[in-house]
Amino acid sequence: MPGVTHVQTTINGEEVNFLCEPRQSLLECLRDVVGMTGTKEGCNDGNCGACTVIFDGRIVDSCLVLGVEAQGKEMTTIEGLATPEGLHPLQQSFLEQAALQCGICTPGFIVAAKGLLDQEPDVDEARVRHWLAGNLCRCTGYDKIVRAVLDASQKMK
Amino acid sequence: MVSNPAEANIVLSEVEFEVVGKRPIRPDGVDKVTGRAQYGADINLSGLIHGKVLRSPHAHARIKSIDTSKAEAYPGVRAVVTAKNLPFASLSKEDLGGDYMRLKFASDHVLASDKVLFKGHPVAAVAANNPHVAEEAIKLINVDYEVLPPVLDVLEAMKDDAPLLHEELRTTSLGETSEKPSNIAAHLRYEKGDAEVGFAAADVVVEKEFRTAAVHQGYIEPHNGTAFWNTDGQLSIWTSTQGAFAVRGSVADVLRQPVSKVKVTPMEIGGGFGGKITAYLDAIAALLSQKSGAPVKVVMSRVDVFEASGPAPATWMKVKIGATKDGKFTAVKAELSFEAGAYPGSPVMQGMMCSFGCYDVPNGLIDGYDVVVNKPKTAAYRAPGSPQAAFGVESVVDDIAHQLGIDPIEIRLLNAAKEGTRRIEGPVANRIGLVECLEAARDHDHYKKPLGPGQRGRGVACGYWMNRSFSSSLSMTVNYDGIVTLIMGSVDIGGTRASIAQQTAETLGIAYENVKPTVVDTDSIGYTFITGGSRTSFATGWAAIEAAEEVKKLMVARAARIWDTSEDDVEYADGVIQHRSDPELRMTFKDLARQLANTGGAITGSANVEPAGEGNGYAVHLVDVEVDPETGKTDILRFTAVQDAGKAVHPSYVEGQMQGGAVQGIGWALNEEYFFDDKGQMMNSSFLDYRMPTSLDLPMIDTVIVEVANPGHPYGVRGVGEAAIVPPMAAIANAINGAAGVRLNSLPMTPGNVLDALSGDGQ
Repeated sequence: MPGVTHVQTTINGEEVNFLCEPRQSLLECLRDVVGMTGTKEGCNDGNCGACTVIFDGRIVDSCLVLGVEAQGKEMTTIEGLATPEGLHPLQQSFLEQAALQCGICTPGFIVAAKGLLDQEPDVDEARVRHWLAGNLCRCTGYDKIVRAVLDASQKMK
Repeated sequence: MVSNPAEANIVLSEVEFEVVGKRPIRPDGVDKVTGRAQYGADINLSGLIHGKVLRSPHAHARIKSIDTSKAEAYPGVRAVVTAKNLPFASLSKEDLGGDYMRLKFASDHVLASDKVLFKGHPVAAVAANNPHVAEEAIKLINVDYEVLPPVLDVLEAMKDDAPLLHEELRTTSLGETSEKPSNIAAHLRYEKGDAEVGFAAADVVVEKEFRTAAVHQGYIEPHNGTAFWNTDGQLSIWTSTQGAFAVRGSVADVLRQPVSKVKVTPMEIGGGFGGKITAYLDAIAALLSQKSGAPVKVVMSRVDVFEASGPAPATWMKVKIGATKDGKFTAVKAELSFEAGAYPGSPVMQGMMCSFGCYDVPNGLIDGYDVVVNKPKTAAYRAPGSPQAAFGVESVVDDIAHQLGIDPIEIRLLNAAKEGTRRIEGPVANRIGLVECLEAARDHDHYKKPLGPGQRGRGVACGYWMNRSFSSSLSMTVNYDGIVTLIMGSVDIGGTRASIAQQTAETLGIAYENVKPTVVDTDSIGYTFITGGSRTSFATGWAAIEAAEEVKKLMVARAARIWDTSEDDVEYADGVIQHRSDPELRMTFKDLARQLANTGGAITGSANVEPAGEGNGYAVHLVDVEVDPETGKTDILRFTAVQDAGKAVHPSYVEGQMQGGAVQGIGWALNEEYFFDDKGQMMNSSFLDYRMPTSLDLPMIDTVIVEVANPGHPYGVRGVGEAAIVPPMAAIANAINGAAGVRLNSLPMTPGNVLDALSGDGQ
């Protein structure tokens, strides 16, 4: 294949190597090349947040990052939150607060919320709503999502 | 009002249950919060290749020729298909007889044969080894179009001299078919009493015209379809759909296959709201698979979703209500013209049925028109047709209340539909809860609290959806460890695995955790209608109850055999099987399950149901807004959604339906709109420009669940998915009227439209 690049990166603490074309987004590489489909595609133009990953400590829409840019970086995807011991507090709160209906936006919301709580353990409703404004949910009206993030922030203290 | 002390937002509950009414964790929850759940686009199959669809750049054009030779020769391309590959192309009018038009519309909607009827209409498709190659190859297909003038507005399309979309289409008007071709597919009418007599008796009459823009369901997951057509003739499809059997039916139809040759596996679905019933891609993927011999996956882009899957129709409506000076309605009248999009089939009939569904009126006349235009074929969207009609009706009701100086909730209470009310289209209401919802809204802290300073207003509106039933199949097996595995055909969009498992556990008298539900493919369960119409917790719930009752009988029979006694001596109560007279003979469900292995094997109960007795759904919404006079922007300050759930099986997911419906309605009211240019090109086909509400735009959405038990269900369940999207548009319009003194008769009420109204230019 012409112009294929070898990328070495770290995903959820594990070294991962893959080959990608320059035109492939990080989202496509995660889903179709590496085979990690937990990160979802909703729009492929950076407007819905379903593909949110934590990329060198910042939340990004992985559809707006090229696969080749992952070289030497560290990222966290939804697959990296739960441990063999159990769910991340955000995941547990999403379940307990019924903060998902169809669930397609849920990985993006949970990863985005982790990006917030990792930096700011003390959050209020206004801060959560502002932070999550880049993630679209069409099922819940956001009420229970905001409550779940606030609930998780309490549990994580 | 009576409140459940543990559930402050649930009123009027008459019966408490062990499992129904509790808030357990959903069975599919862990997979969905960890990214392990497999949605349609997540599927990978051995040898999978990828399809892309070439779509029309024109809203209306005749296809003169299609040259696919360059695409076919492109390296990496495995198959190219056009409408010529659909069976319809080789069937004659004579072959099809009376079925000709229906099949032509269905086939042409999959792949256009002679004309394209909307921007985005599929004309060809390519499968290739990777999606980028397929994308490049579709650009090499040369389509020669004769561009025709598009018809883009419902009233324009109804004119005698409008360009015709379908030369064969005739108007069916009150049972008669017209001679002349027309864009009006149907004219329908409902009538009760004599509206003119009623208006003559009125002290006040208000008549207004309304318009609403096309809006999209806005599910976050794009449409997808994966197919493998095996050499033995078996076609397998994996797709995100609200109804695996609906996809099976429409794919079998356009491919002229027996339904049993098609197996549809419903993957997890990322939202539907009525928009994931139509099979847009599945037949295309099947044709590409047939031609290439490989499994083929096709996924829509977000642009495709906006331009080529079904929005809810744009509408024009005229609403007239007459009332006595005391506020009692004497007559109502409505004319609803709905854009069907490219092919007939808008939800205008449902709009007509719902328009005055909240009121007990002596005289009414409702006319509806289903009109084709050069826009994507419309699809169902949550209470299809009702939100548009309610925007008109509930705005006029508010105007009448204002003119007469009556409180807007009181005028609604005075005229509210109740048990025994005959609706204009005929049916008589069973026990319904609109009055209770209105009373709960009136008594709510929200309604009593002063609005505070600024340009603020408070609006109220009601909404109605009939709720549906239709058929459901389900079976359940008692395993030797006492776990009941439950298999069903109802796709789970928002928690129905939980709500059906709860009804199963309740009926069997066992713990919720001991029921393990699975949604299966069309070969593994009997026909089950779509998850839609607010039917699943009701109708599939009924199936679960019937199947569980069968399990109970079989468990009693097994115990009788073990105890060597008559079945009449054994009873089943609260998950315990016991001898009626011998207290020594007693087994829990689990005890008996452990003995099944050596006494005749597993026990399975199953049910195929189409229950009568669906209970109508009503919602009442309260909203406070603030209108910025400088910018025209409307902020939602407070929102309370009240709804009769009958019985909330899982109150958290009932609240979720109410909140989600309310917020979709807020988007419909204030922001959302398909913008077309004069050539029929959609100008805002991205989430950036088609502006759905974000978390930042909203307050918390308060809920009050009213539980007026549906007599047609053992636990009193009504559907809850749909009524919640009906009131917000009118409630917000009424609130804006209160805040800024302007009545907006057209949706959406964007800042620009509000400013125009404030300056007297708009409307």
